[in-house]
Amino acid sequence: MKAAVIVFPGSNCDRDLKVAFEAVGADVHMVWHKDTELPAGVDIVGVPGGFSFGDYLRCGAIAAQSPITGALKAHAERGGYAIGICNGFQVLTETGLLPGALLRNAGLKYICKVVRLKVETSQSVYTEGYNAGDLIDIPIAHHDGNYFADEATRARLADEDRIAFTYSDNPNGSCDDIAGILSENRRVLGMMPHPERAADVGHGGTDGAALFRALTGALTAA
Amino acid sequence: MKATVTVMLKNGVLDPQGEAVRHALGSLGFDGVNGVRQGKVIELDLADGATEADVTAMCEKLLANTVIESYQVEMSQ
Repeated sequence: MKAAVIVFPGSNCDRDLKVAFEAVGADVHMVWHKDTELPAGVDIVGVPGGFSFGDYLRCGAIAAQSPITGALKAHAERGGYAIGICNGFQVLTETGLLPGALLRNAGLKYICKVVRLKVETSQSVYTEGYNAGDLIDIPIAHHDGNYFADEATRARLADEDRIAFTYSDNPNGSCDDIAGILSENRRVLGMMPHPERAADVGHGGTDGAALFRALTGALTAA
Repeated sequence: MKATVTVMLKNGVLDPQGEAVRHALGSLGFDGVNGVRQGKVIELDLADGATEADVTAMCEKLLANTVIESYQVEMSQ
């Protein structure tokens, strides 16, 4: 599996994501946001967490206009895989690759803690290492993780089984407890919690590791 | 040429910051504040000849996220 991790000014989970990909045997390329092309033959693009461009204007808004974003969109539109975590999820909504938006947490505070998620579907390369209904513990660390989409969009996400993860105890006010969603073709995942921070015993939990293991299994076989 | 862009969360989108301001005003003794919505104002200093349509395009592409925000453009000399 060949992976690319995009690095924006202010990204701070880029290395963590690289390590998580490498732990399952991926060949990982770090790509600076000013690049206009992804490395040839990339299977999956990771959009990491952090505070791209200082969260100025709106979280992810400026990153969504970076030169590399054009290549990311083209990759996704031709059926490529992409995962956006935390700020990466915000970037994916700002680019329009995923529906909805992430608002300020309902309690207004930055929240950094381990939360319990429910796996809502195992029907994606990201979640097939889990069973629907599994409860997993994954850290969150965000100020703007309050998922919002209008009712019609949420109904569509639910009908099409595109809600990947929900919070067991909603920490941030997200609509329908949504923590992560899939694109229409199920190949783009955006999630606020950080599976790459729960992928090694040294992290204090490994519930995120199955996501990366499943991914490499599916993409290497393909 | 100047443009003033006002960006607000759409009606129906919860504005927790506005709510916090409303609570704070209440606790300071300002009664009768039924609601507070907080947005942002962006001032643009533009080259002569810029049109409102140009600014609208900027809003659509970057300045506002129309999934959650509405915007108003005011042009002035």
